[in-house]
Amino acid sequence: MIRVKNLSKSFNNKTIIKNISCQFERGKTSLIIGQTGSGKTVFLKCLLGLHDYEKGEILFDGVNFKTISEYEKMKLKSSIGTVFQGSALFDSMTIEENVMFPLKMFNNLPFDEMLDRVNFVLKRVELENSNKKMPSEASGGMQKRVAIARAIVNKPNYLFCDEPNSGLDPKTAIIIDNLIKEITEELNITTIINSHDMNSVMEIGEKIIFLKNGKLKWNGSNKEIFSTENKDVLDFVYSSNLYKKVRKTYLNQ
Amino acid sequence: MKFLYNIGLYFLMLKRMLRKPTKWRVMKELILKDTNDTVINSLGIISFVSFFIGGVITIQLALSTTGSFYPDYLVGYATRETIILEFAPTIISIIMAGKVGSFITSSIGSMRVTEQIDALEVMGINSINYLVFPKIIALMLYPFLISISMFLGILGGMAACVYGGYSTMSAFIDGIQTDFIPFHMTYAFIKTFIFAFILATVPSFHGYYMKGGALEVGKASTKSFIWTCVTIIIFNFLITQMLLG
Repeated sequence: MIRVKNLSKSFNNKTIIKNISCQFERGKTSLIIGQTGSGKTVFLKCLLGLHDYEKGEILFDGVNFKTISEYEKMKLKSSIGTVFQGSALFDSMTIEENVMFPLKMFNNLPFDEMLDRVNFVLKRVELENSNKKMPSEASGGMQKRVAIARAIVNKPNYLFCDEPNSGLDPKTAIIIDNLIKEITEELNITTIINSHDMNSVMEIGEKIIFLKNGKLKWNGSNKEIFSTENKDVLDFVYSSNLYKKVRKTYLNQ
Repeated sequence: MKFLYNIGLYFLMLKRMLRKPTKWRVMKELILKDTNDTVINSLGIISFVSFFIGGVITIQLALSTTGSFYPDYLVGYATRETIILEFAPTIISIIMAGKVGSFITSSIGSMRVTEQIDALEVMGINSINYLVFPKIIALMLYPFLISISMFLGILGGMAACVYGGYSTMSAFIDGIQTDFIPFHMTYAFIKTFIFAFILATVPSFHGYYMKGGALEVGKASTKSFIWTCVTIIIFNFLITQMLLG
């Protein structure tokens, strides 16, 4: 579980994240949603330790990231898997080498054992015969799946995904969403997804956090988001006619 | 102010590079890859440039030292001194700033743009150690490249001199052997080691701390080339003053 207490972050005296408190539970898929510029990415980067923050604390299963030693930080980071918006695959390595990378860095396993693990996770993301391909030879959806495979190969406790289905067609986006949800349940990990894709919100948002102008405006589940009367959420989630109709149908049922 | 800030940031980068070293099993592969990218892949261009510039230096020296007033061996002597003291260590390093420096900046800069450096950081890997340290170790083989440049420069000079009819081979070889000061080789290789360190770290700094997108990668490469040249030229002056002055 990840608990965030009164988190604030500024850039050049401009406060981007304003006193956010929330928690993300193990075995559940949590979504951070909000408009562009609402502070989602900054919030996620604070959680990942890529941005230093001025106020508040982030506790990973009770461990405060800021107060632990460098060695403990490194250990904690090795238990975090991350899927970046642009996949962030190492373009000089093959898909197999990309997925094997965290194993090489944090384990002393023999090569054959590492390869077995790589093949297992590649099979899990349905990329069995792509070991020797370069990332540039893979499609956007494949790259995302490789990024997921790399993120889970080291059996992480936490999985962070920054807009995992951006730039993907709706069908592939749903496949990626479902894959992340299934992996979260299988490995019983804490998963946090940064998204503004409403399909993801409806499909896999077991816990949703809505940010606006750096403030937490609403939190709940994908069931509760249909019935909420929060104006900010309604403005954002139901801005399209299609979703207005979806909500109306849901409420009528 | 920004200039001083960047100098401070450069030294902080070097300090951070020494913390949390990458596993030897991985580092070994990185060093071999960077040796191939920076040193081995530069052999062709360095050999080509050295041979022909050596020839041009000799022709120009021969043309400006004609007449009975000058001894026959002077062309060989002057070619050797020019190539060993200045051409091979300094001019080749400036060429390398363009070839290897731009490559280092653009490859690290592209990794920054595509969040690959962020990916390394969130995995708990010291990205500076992972990216910069193997390049420094790889470029410690740079003196090997400079030795080849010295040899081919003098060989090119000899070929141009003999086949151009400016002097005889025995006079040129006499010149090469006349008043040879072994410390000049030590001086040249001390310079080369320092330039190798500059060639690995200054372009890495510009790539690592670049901000923006693909266009900025190009701008960072240009900036890195300028600053690598400036640093090499300043250090060339300081080392020469300290060791030969």
